[in-house]
Amino acid sequence: AFFWLVSLLLSSLIWFIAVKATDPRDEPLQKGLLIFGVMFSVLLQETFRFLYYKLLRKAIEGLVALSEDGCSPISIQQMAYVAGLGFGLMSGAFSMINLLADALGPGTVGIHGDSQLYFLTSAFMTMVLIFLHTFWGILFFHGCEHRRWWEITAVVAMHLAVSGSTFCNPLYVGSLVPSYLLMAAAAAWAYLLSGGSAQNLRRFLLCKS
Amino acid sequence: MTELSAHLPQFQHGQLTENFPDNHLSNTNDNSERRRHDTSERRRNDNPESETNGQPQNNIQQVVEQDEEEDEELTLKYGAKHVIMLFVPVTLCMVVVVATIKSVSFYTRKDGQLIYTPFTEETETVGQRALNSILNAAIMISVIIVMTILLVVLYKYRCYKVIHGWLIISSLLLLFFFSFIYLGEVFKTYNVAMDYITVALMIWNFGVVGMICIHWKGPLRLQQAYLIMISALMALVFIKYLPEWTAWLILAVISVYDLVAVLCPKGPLRMLVETAQERNETLFPALIYSSTMLWLVNMAEVDPEAQRKAPKNSTYDKQAPANQAQNEEAEADDGGFSQEWQQQRDNRIGPIESTPESRAAVQALPSNSQTSEDPEERGVKLGLGDFIFYSVLVGKASATASGDWNTTLACFVAILIGLCLTLLLLAIFKKALPALPISITFGLVFYFATDNLVQPFMDQLAFHQFYI
Repeated sequence: AFFWLVSLLLSSLIWFIAVKATDPRDEPLQKGLLIFGVMFSVLLQETFRFLYYKLLRKAIEGLVALSEDGCSPISIQQMAYVAGLGFGLMSGAFSMINLLADALGPGTVGIHGDSQLYFLTSAFMTMVLIFLHTFWGILFFHGCEHRRWWEITAVVAMHLAVSGSTFCNPLYVGSLVPSYLLMAAAAAWAYLLSGGSAQNLRRFLLCKS
Repeated sequence: MTELSAHLPQFQHGQLTENFPDNHLSNTNDNSERRRHDTSERRRNDNPESETNGQPQNNIQQVVEQDEEEDEELTLKYGAKHVIMLFVPVTLCMVVVVATIKSVSFYTRKDGQLIYTPFTEETETVGQRALNSILNAAIMISVIIVMTILLVVLYKYRCYKVIHGWLIISSLLLLFFFSFIYLGEVFKTYNVAMDYITVALMIWNFGVVGMICIHWKGPLRLQQAYLIMISALMALVFIKYLPEWTAWLILAVISVYDLVAVLCPKGPLRMLVETAQERNETLFPALIYSSTMLWLVNMAEVDPEAQRKAPKNSTYDKQAPANQAQNEEAEADDGGFSQEWQQQRDNRIGPIESTPESRAAVQALPSNSQTSEDPEERGVKLGLGDFIFYSVLVGKASATASGDWNTTLACFVAILIGLCLTLLLLAIFKKALPALPISITFGLVFYFATDNLVQPFMDQLAFHQFYI
């Protein structure tokens, strides 16, 4: 969560500088700058995920060295899950919490002609992002562990795609549907990477031992 | 509070210390400063405590080296547990403060300033405001320094009764007066009709149970809850009565002071710790939050913090028993408790009652000196001043930030990460450490950065419904 926060800080710093350096009345330019800010932020987030991976790697080496039986008490997969979850929760919290606070107060959604589904779609989008961050964490760390660069680039590309799809909001079908499809794909992929299989799933669902 | 000359809030200054088993001096000293203002006088209570682990002068060189390695391992292993044990109370305190700030408008209304910050911030020019806030912060810090030195002097000359009386009066103030005001304001906010008799009964019960729990014996959870509550009350008072720029400046300067006072050889807190260690006593446990209870029958040395004293700011690990039989050291005095009380407690150590009382084991049990070393029993201690200042930072962030919840959340995460890092350093350096600097620095950086940089960005993103 902290690392995500720092990445957000740096990306907003860049955006802020860009905004201050340009004319605030130029609408398309501002929107363009915002898009640039978003893309830059995505890249920065992934960079920080990588840095976090490096940090955790060192921590695991330390733990292994200190432990009695030569293996660390927490595996890298667990760390990947937790890291992804932390990223996702922080990102979700930052996206939603002001919305939620405002939703408690009086008001009408979309009274000025905007979409009436604003809160709903925000909620769904945030949820899908949190899930995605968790899965991306697992995929990313797995890719780093086994040196499979294509996995890492796939994660970055997915992140860019999801953020990019939000640019067609409020045409929600353009953003929510692809995001959910990507989430399903990422979920399946992460599940398989973590050692799951169709057989495991069937056994779990049928409550066999 | 309508009068400026009303009681001053106390604040405490704390440090983080850790205790290791191989350090047989399990006297943990906590550094804390407490500032209290009685109607006519100002007093400052400073209790620095630090524990030193791995003292170089141990005679147990080779034998202990292996122990030290194992201890390091154990420490790092249980480090995560310690961190969690501290996260929960710090989070609770912050949650209480933020919830109160958000709902009860009393604490965000400007009703004057404390007598310690006489310069107003409602000035015409920015320069004037900056100057005033710098002067305010300087006055506050000098009061703190004076109080610290006064406490060190009192401690050096063994005026324990004075210190103990000071602590009792300050906790009385907090538990009765401030909670009465708090309750009144909460009732006003929710428009609850309440008669004086019920209020008197509630406050009386709350206060008396609090005094007993904190200064004497009581269930651990209750004691922890009371400590969190009084920290939150104190933080709320600070948030209300400190103007903006003064508050931020004070936070910054306090963390610098904490760093200096704890780590410099001539710093008052460090001197206090060293004096306490020379005398093999624990410093005032009154101002410390402790996270575990030690149920050790045969303990060579127990964490003195577990005593009922008002918690202070300092953290340290409680260690379960030391290896050496510390027969010689009588329990350090408890700041005013009489010797008879001490003896009684020592004799009672056999059947341990459900109190975190842990100090008295050594003298009372000369024969069966089997110290069961149980690393699971180690606890962590954090001074109350740390709680207070963390909560002040988060509370101010939630009260006055334009980014509102984003800023609050960012400061919260920053403070927790700072606490993690401090505990990590504690595990590495094994000596008393100030808990304020890292967390407060992170918190301040994140507050200003989030408020000014992230907030417009997130606003724009939310407006267009872009997601990053």
